[in-house]
Amino acid sequence: MAIGRQTAPAGRAGLFPRPTWTTGWLSWLTTVDHKRLGLMYIISSFIFMGLASLEAFIIRLQLARPEQQLVSPDVFNQLFTMHGMTMVFFAIMPLGIGLANYFVPLMIGARDLAFPRLNAFGYWVFSLAGIFLYTSWFLGGAPDAGWFGYSPLTSLTYNPGNGIDFYSISLLTSGFGTLVTAINLIVTVVNMRAPGMTMMRIPLFAWMVVVMSFLIIFAFPPLTIALFQLTLDRVFGTLHYVPEAGALPILWQHFFWIFGHPEVYIIIMPAFGIISEIIPTFSRKPLFGYPIMVLSGIFIGFMGFAVWSHHMFTTGLGPVANTAFALTSFVIGIPTGIKIFNWLGTMWGGSVRFTVAMLYAVAFLVTFTLGGITGIMVAIPPFDAQAQDTYFVVAHFHYVMGGGALLAYLGALYYWFPKMSGRMLDERLGKVSFWFTVIGFHTIFFPQHILGLMGMPRRIQTYEANIGLDFYNFLSTAGTFIMAIGVIMLAFDVFRQLRKPKWAPNDPWDGRTLEWATTSPPPHYDFAVLPQVTDRDPVWAWKHPELLETRDAISRAVDEDTQPEPAREVMIHLPGQSWWPFLMSAAIFVGSYALVYRNVWLMIASAFFVILTGFGWAFEGVGGHYEKVKAEKIDIKAGGQA
Amino acid sequence: MPVVRRYRRFAPLLALAVLLSGCVTDGPRSALHPVGEVAVQQMELFNFTLWLSAGVLAIVLGVLIYSILRFRRRETGDPDAIPNQTEGSVPLEITWTLIPVIIVILIAIPTVRTIFDTETRVEPTEDDVVVNVTGYQWWWRFDYPELGITTANEMHVPVDTRVVVYLETADVVHSYWVPKLAGKRDLIPNQVNQLWFTSPETGVFNGHCAELCLGAHAYMRFNVIVDEQDEFDEWVAAFQNPQEAAVPARDTQLVQDEQLINQGRTLVAQKGCIGCHTIDNYAEGMGSINYPDLTNFGLRTTVGAAVAPNTLENLALWIRDPQAIKPGNYMPSLWQEDDPNAEEESTAIAAYLLSLGVEGGQQSQAAVSGGSN
Repeated sequence: MAIGRQTAPAGRAGLFPRPTWTTGWLSWLTTVDHKRLGLMYIISSFIFMGLASLEAFIIRLQLARPEQQLVSPDVFNQLFTMHGMTMVFFAIMPLGIGLANYFVPLMIGARDLAFPRLNAFGYWVFSLAGIFLYTSWFLGGAPDAGWFGYSPLTSLTYNPGNGIDFYSISLLTSGFGTLVTAINLIVTVVNMRAPGMTMMRIPLFAWMVVVMSFLIIFAFPPLTIALFQLTLDRVFGTLHYVPEAGALPILWQHFFWIFGHPEVYIIIMPAFGIISEIIPTFSRKPLFGYPIMVLSGIFIGFMGFAVWSHHMFTTGLGPVANTAFALTSFVIGIPTGIKIFNWLGTMWGGSVRFTVAMLYAVAFLVTFTLGGITGIMVAIPPFDAQAQDTYFVVAHFHYVMGGGALLAYLGALYYWFPKMSGRMLDERLGKVSFWFTVIGFHTIFFPQHILGLMGMPRRIQTYEANIGLDFYNFLSTAGTFIMAIGVIMLAFDVFRQLRKPKWAPNDPWDGRTLEWATTSPPPHYDFAVLPQVTDRDPVWAWKHPELLETRDAISRAVDEDTQPEPAREVMIHLPGQSWWPFLMSAAIFVGSYALVYRNVWLMIASAFFVILTGFGWAFEGVGGHYEKVKAEKIDIKAGGQA
Repeated sequence: MPVVRRYRRFAPLLALAVLLSGCVTDGPRSALHPVGEVAVQQMELFNFTLWLSAGVLAIVLGVLIYSILRFRRRETGDPDAIPNQTEGSVPLEITWTLIPVIIVILIAIPTVRTIFDTETRVEPTEDDVVVNVTGYQWWWRFDYPELGITTANEMHVPVDTRVVVYLETADVVHSYWVPKLAGKRDLIPNQVNQLWFTSPETGVFNGHCAELCLGAHAYMRFNVIVDEQDEFDEWVAAFQNPQEAAVPARDTQLVQDEQLINQGRTLVAQKGCIGCHTIDNYAEGMGSINYPDLTNFGLRTTVGAAVAPNTLENLALWIRDPQAIKPGNYMPSLWQEDDPNAEEESTAIAAYLLSLGVEGGQQSQAAVSGGSN
């Protein structure tokens, strides 16, 4: 690899010497290690998810009984707006990106992402944008126009406070972070695969991350444009979305949804990947129909850009447009159905072991199928005329994004926790927690389908008594308590394992993919010797060479040596840490406040500082160091620390 | 049976399903029990898809449950047993590509037909009733251009007649939704949308704004009242000539206190109500169209955009302290908080408003004011 041939750092070319801390908080602030950044992504996502869950909990308390005034309409609007924004942009999407960050390099046999500093920048921009957004609670009120902020609700006329500025600017800046990380992930998968790891051998998770990254690259620009227009309207007085000046606010809806629909696939793609890793591992069978799983993922991603107007069936686009977008939406049901049948096909005839991770995968299959069915329903424009903007739609997207993506990510947590931390989560407690979480989830969201069809619009702060809404709302609120018990058990177990660890072996699940061929947790350099990949399930193939004969030609190496190399000493080049990604993100963070408070001098100063950090970054010079590592075959069966 | 014991943990789910299926699904805004022609067609499509989906779900769950039971790794078996390493099957892949294709086509055919049946823009004919709806933060204005009528929050239409509704907004995006009559259609700035429905039954059909419009969005309701043709004609006549309107009261109660009514009549001018609200019974053309029209208010069944029944107590409270009935709305209170006259004066205004257009109410005013309107 090219990076291994670079010379050692030549003096100090930049403003700062490259930091070299390996422990302490400064090492985390300047790290470029994909595993550390992955962990930071995952932990930040869970913190934001906790905040968003708290908001959801207050929303459900307010709606538990009719005609309650627990929170005012104003606060209620802020709560559901922040809940939606946080879950989509700062919890579930970065959770997928964090897992991708951690596991894609491991799974394809790389030592890091292609651009380690850019990766750090992506993380810092995202997390600081989230903190920026949450300070709005204390600075005059959070945004309150819903996560899709329909114009002209967001205009200065109807929303004079600064909540909407926090909305537009935080999404704008966190979008930059997401975009650069997507580019980074694509370049990594395309260029940095281990020898023998062809594109049709990379784990399905890596494939789905590639699809997700392409979706990000094509979906975020329309959102960025719309947010730019909105910010210009509010801060500099332009008239993009001012109806009094003749603007057509429907434009915002088109911009938003041509981003917004791919966004939900951005959220679900890594989940598809995770399920496609968990089910084969615990069924002891290869993924059924790998090529068609890859293709259907790509097809879903591609079609994701052709269906945005199904969020706008009631805006009066006319019967021709509604027919077109209904049909394209139906078409997405086909590859999704294929995926579900292929997962079932993977379990069929296997030797299925029901660990907590596998239970979550099965719960995903059921919940996601239900969400898919209601998805087809709301894609029918005449029915959508009833369901749109009601609790039916709320139930639908929670089944897909909560029951689908989130359950898959909880499965991923159980599946990969041993690899990330070197510790096992408790399977018995995990199963109890699983049942509380899943039953709680369905108790919350299933009644909401009925609520929507009984005439309960979404985003209402209260509702009339005795029109049939009381019981289902009460049930839905009761479900939050059940789910909370499950989630608290999970959190308790994670903290318990961090304090009193039960050490994990390197390969606790009899895994199939490369991340199980290194220690738990993996060393800084991931692999002492980059593995020679000869099979779609390389670790499984090393464990069971006798099975190779039965494999399809595409996943089998014909002439390559399957034996790992003998022990020897190797020199591994590791990328250097850097201050610049953090400093640039900090400058953007300060600039965000400058825009909110219309402080022109601070805007100019922070823009200048962003450019300055860009130069510092570019001229920092070659960093990094060589690490001498004794390369030997890793005993997959051995324990991490024990 | 051991199998039963092993899977009894699914019992709560089953109980939940039974519990839910036994519950009521009807209510004043329930789309599950549609009345209007359009709403019926929309629900038929839902029911069709529901049954089709139940079939799909049964297949998926059946295969899943069978796999769970049949292919579970037994503690008694060989822990290292390796199943057949199947990687795929072209015939199976083709099968389960074709199954969703067929299902999608089955759904698409009635869908497309219903889209063109219910969503095509229609050209109103002489038999249709045309209503222009304008959405405001947090109430509705209804104009009948062919009949020359303006009213608010309560839309009267005749039974068995096609009603063509044109939708506009005065401020932000709203959505006009009467679940039992037809699905919703949005009100978007600088755009005129159309919706039509026909109701084969008379009755009061509740509607709700379905698009977030901040503030009192949760209270932005309205009623569509479907009358027999002669009742509707009477209602129209009352609005075309409000000063002589005398329609038998529906749900409201006329206050038989001429002195109170007359005090209220003076107060709507003194307190400035008519600075914003048009009351054609009082004086034609005063007030602004951008505030709810109160003409023939005695015929209204609700106050605050279908938030509370139009009784003397509710109406007086609404006038005195609008936030108590509809938090977040823009109507100001006309009294200082400690004004001792607030209760009496608001009751007087309420009594006056309740007399407007109602049989017996108008005549008493005319007698007192000497017909000087």
